[in-house]
Amino acid sequence: MILLLFIIIPLLGGLFAWLFGRRSDPAARWISLVSLLIEQALVVLLWFRNPAAGIGPGAWFADLHSSWIPQLGISFHLAMDGLSLLMVSLTAFLGIMSVAISWTEIRERVGFFHLNLLFILAGINGVFLSMDLFLFYFFWELMLVPMYFLISIWGHENRTYAAIKFFIFTQLSGLLMLLSILGIYFVHARNTGVYTFDYFRLIGTSMTPAVSFWLMMGFFIAFAVKLPAVPFHTWLPDAHTEAPTAGSVVLAGLLLKTGAYGLIRFLVPLFPAAARSLAPAAMILGVIGILYGAVLAFGQRDLKRLVAYTSVSHMGFVLLGIFAWNDLALQGTVLQMICHGISTGALFMLVGALQERIHTRDMDVMGGMWESIPRMGAVVLFFALASLGLPGLGNFVAEFLVLLGSYKVSVIMTSFAVTGLVFATVYSLWIVQRAFHGEKRREWTISDLSLREMAVMFFMIVSLVWLGLYPRPVIDTARPAITGLMQSATSMEAPAAMANGSGNNGGTASQAVMNSGIRELME
Amino acid sequence: MLELLWLIPCLPFAGFLVLALAGKRLEGRAVALVGVGSVALSAILSVMVAVDFMSAPPPGHFYTQTLWQWLDVAGLSPGITFYLDALSLVMMLVVTVVGFLIHLYSSEFMEEDEGYSRFFAYMNLFVGSMLVLLLAQNLLLFYLGWEGVGLCSYLLIGFWYKDPKNGYAARKAFVVTRVGDAAMAVGLFLLYNNLGTLQIQELMEKAHQSWSPGSLLPVAAAALILGGAVGKSAQLPLQTWLPDAMAGPTPVSALIHAATMVTAGVYIIARTHILFELAPPVLAAVAVIGALTLLLSGFSAITQKDIKRVLAYSTISQIGYMFLALGVGAWSAAIFHFMTHAFFKALLFLGAGVIIHGLHHEHDMFKMGGLRRQLPVTFWTFLIASASLSAIPLVTAGFFSKDQILWLAWSSGRGSKWLWAAGIVGALLTSLYTFRMVFITFFGEAHSEVSKKPGTRMLIPLVVLAFLSVTGGYIELPAIMGNVTIFSGFMHTALPPVKPLSGEHMEWILEIIAVVVSLGGVFFAWLFFLWMPGLSARLARTSPGMLLHRFWFSGWAFDWLYDVLLVRPFIWLARINKDDFIDLIYTGIAWYNQAMNSILSLTQNGKVRFYAMGIALGAIITIAIAVLR
Repeated sequence: MILLLFIIIPLLGGLFAWLFGRRSDPAARWISLVSLLIEQALVVLLWFRNPAAGIGPGAWFADLHSSWIPQLGISFHLAMDGLSLLMVSLTAFLGIMSVAISWTEIRERVGFFHLNLLFILAGINGVFLSMDLFLFYFFWELMLVPMYFLISIWGHENRTYAAIKFFIFTQLSGLLMLLSILGIYFVHARNTGVYTFDYFRLIGTSMTPAVSFWLMMGFFIAFAVKLPAVPFHTWLPDAHTEAPTAGSVVLAGLLLKTGAYGLIRFLVPLFPAAARSLAPAAMILGVIGILYGAVLAFGQRDLKRLVAYTSVSHMGFVLLGIFAWNDLALQGTVLQMICHGISTGALFMLVGALQERIHTRDMDVMGGMWESIPRMGAVVLFFALASLGLPGLGNFVAEFLVLLGSYKVSVIMTSFAVTGLVFATVYSLWIVQRAFHGEKRREWTISDLSLREMAVMFFMIVSLVWLGLYPRPVIDTARPAITGLMQSATSMEAPAAMANGSGNNGGTASQAVMNSGIRELME
Repeated sequence: MLELLWLIPCLPFAGFLVLALAGKRLEGRAVALVGVGSVALSAILSVMVAVDFMSAPPPGHFYTQTLWQWLDVAGLSPGITFYLDALSLVMMLVVTVVGFLIHLYSSEFMEEDEGYSRFFAYMNLFVGSMLVLLLAQNLLLFYLGWEGVGLCSYLLIGFWYKDPKNGYAARKAFVVTRVGDAAMAVGLFLLYNNLGTLQIQELMEKAHQSWSPGSLLPVAAAALILGGAVGKSAQLPLQTWLPDAMAGPTPVSALIHAATMVTAGVYIIARTHILFELAPPVLAAVAVIGALTLLLSGFSAITQKDIKRVLAYSTISQIGYMFLALGVGAWSAAIFHFMTHAFFKALLFLGAGVIIHGLHHEHDMFKMGGLRRQLPVTFWTFLIASASLSAIPLVTAGFFSKDQILWLAWSSGRGSKWLWAAGIVGALLTSLYTFRMVFITFFGEAHSEVSKKPGTRMLIPLVVLAFLSVTGGYIELPAIMGNVTIFSGFMHTALPPVKPLSGEHMEWILEIIAVVVSLGGVFFAWLFFLWMPGLSARLARTSPGMLLHRFWFSGWAFDWLYDVLLVRPFIWLARINKDDFIDLIYTGIAWYNQAMNSILSLTQNGKVRFYAMGIALGAIITIAIAVLR
């Protein structure tokens, strides 16, 4: 039941924020804040009540299964393991921070803004919790529409263009995924006679390599667009730059993570053999993303666009880690998802705070601002250091683990990826230099970070230091989930290979094992 | 006492936290108290720990202390664990004691700077990170300290951030060292993936057991670690950042860019010496890199005008000696030279700081001159340090440490006459550029007036370091002169000794040559720059002289080379692809659709005539196709 709350609370919170927001703006803000705080409290409660020690196969914390449209085999199936828990927790955390940081930035249609923001968060939670592919697709689309509104209503100068571009990219790639979902649905039905969208039943569906490959590509493109992987990344700089601050934070911090999450949760376990054949290409795309994103970031004049391109670079590590597919790399990937969410989210918040004060994002007019706003300078410096992977902060642990894991798979690709650390240094320090160091180009009379903004930054800084020096709680929480995913992917390896030659026996046998595991869990 | 070890790095970190969070609100005196006090406490604790360690050595001559377990992923379980043995102990002592003296000096030097608390916050962070680097028991924690000191180096070089040139120098330092760090990171991956641990002692043991000398893996691993070491220690080919790093405040140059951080590369090679012994070609490369670097930067030092740049090139050159020592397997000699170098080079920088402080931030030696009467204490201490750097025989620490390196470069099993020859030429260069600097700044005509005299907080460190620069060498005397081996005896609990192959006879001959050469350097400096200053100017004015002068002055044109090969192509690429050519594909699709739309919408013009014609034309074509097919 508790899982349903993660979707209902933000939905209701959003509705109430909208209703009460018609009369008073602060009411909308407070309602959103409180509902997200409740959500965060629930996550923490769940975390502490059920320490990650293996519960059943794959270590699931909680499960909610009720039928929805039984005629078509669609069920309302939510479940949470360590991976989902971490992602939901990140969602709540960044949600709270986004509401807090938009407190003074958003002054128009405040209620509707929070409705959209919270609906996105509900959609994201749904994505992280759905164990039914139809439901998953439903939430995948649910987070898209309000995000479109967020960009096109509260965005900056070129918002319409950016919003439409964002919508077309994600919508088109989402349709490919829908095709693949239907494909695996029918393949499974033909094999077993059972029509179902249930994730656990679909795992281990045997198909010919060609079918498996094309169905996987549908998923891959959808997730690679979201992630984003080069060459599907070009919606990102526009959307991130034009979105309001909270929009950019949610985009970079959470929406991109749904792509990574999809790869880990669905793509590899559903198509293990095909994923293996794709792995070298995907890893190369990851490395290209790391380097290409860094070069692009360095070339920008618009500070927000620069930060947006750093996401392309950092998410390259995620792609590399996922397709290296071993526990070191996957742990690093999960940590990278969390740390990148926090560090890049914080950078977007800071850019937003700066834009609120000087009404521009053009770095050519900035410079020498440390003198007038030293606190903001120091905080920007901190997150720039996080972004270049300074040891002691979470991003370092994440990238180190990813690279350590990918080294096992490919020495050459890892060596190229490592040079990304040098490029990250170049663009990160460039941010600090252009905005805060150097000569003053104008006499700024602007206020430093307010108490509210400092409070937000305080939480973000403490989280990154914690993740950098003592990431064990996160690692321990993710471990059973990752082990489970890796097992389900490898145990499927044999039947998937067998499907090449004769029959479905292997597939159904292992499926029976799987299903019995799930049944055990549900009882 | 040993269980207090963790406090030694933690105290400076605590100082950093206090200054970073509350520094703005603290008074100058309170800032100095926190900033200097934290390092002072750490120095006192280090001395106490050292006394304890030496008087009652723990079993196996090492001590470990775990604070907490950092990670635990798939068998990778490094801890926040400190490891104390003879090697890290000596380094720790030097870092905290010299660090404390420099902090004390800075409390006066930086007094009028508006970033006083920011300065001490960064300095404390540096000392803490440096201690983590030295005390780390595993390579991951080591890497944390390693990157931490790199960060502080960046922050402090660019301390005066308003001048974009300082920012450039700071970023250059960080980026160039990070190139080396990237190589080192790959080295860590290699070690972990093949040996299954990152704990240094365990790694060494396993490497020794499972790898045969000269095989591919140890060679690759050692080469990658060497990549990190040459970056941090400013050796060929990554030495270019150090001269520019002089943009930072002078105490920073003394602490980070002379005494401590830049020797971290020496430390890591000594720390992983077992791995390097398994990789003879890499070890040979270490020696050759050292020899080449000490020569190249020696030549560059002779041509500099900026007093700090002379010292910077000299630092590169002296670290070259340490690399030379490491390369011939003379581990303890390298650390010995590290120690004496920390004393006299820190002193030289602090002395230069007094001059710069007193002359309104003047760095050009040719605008100084005749300072010995105006700044007597500074002059004498500077002279002592210069003598030590030039290895003036018997009365200086530098003599004993450098002499040991030269002797072992010749006589160690891995040594050769060529390495020795490079060292001896370097020794000539050293005393030549050192006394050139002394004569130009302190002798001759005075070109400017000293406006600020140093106070006690600046003079005490000078005197203490001068004392150490003389006496620091007496704990280790060569076999032919007293044969004191307190230092190497202690070091040999952590680092293996080296057996000289040549006899006492040879040692005497080499000793005498070394003495003659270093005194000769002083003589030539006197000849060229004091006795007949016109001579050197005339030499430099001949056309080959001018060419060489410009070449050496620019640091052998490495900056130019990297600029052309790496920096400019990167900037060009970033600029030309600012709008991301991949996006053109998508905008191309959009543009195509729009174009089709506008072409087709031309047909929708509302003219009945046009539509009728269209219908007719279409009908004719359809019929034509149907009939003619």
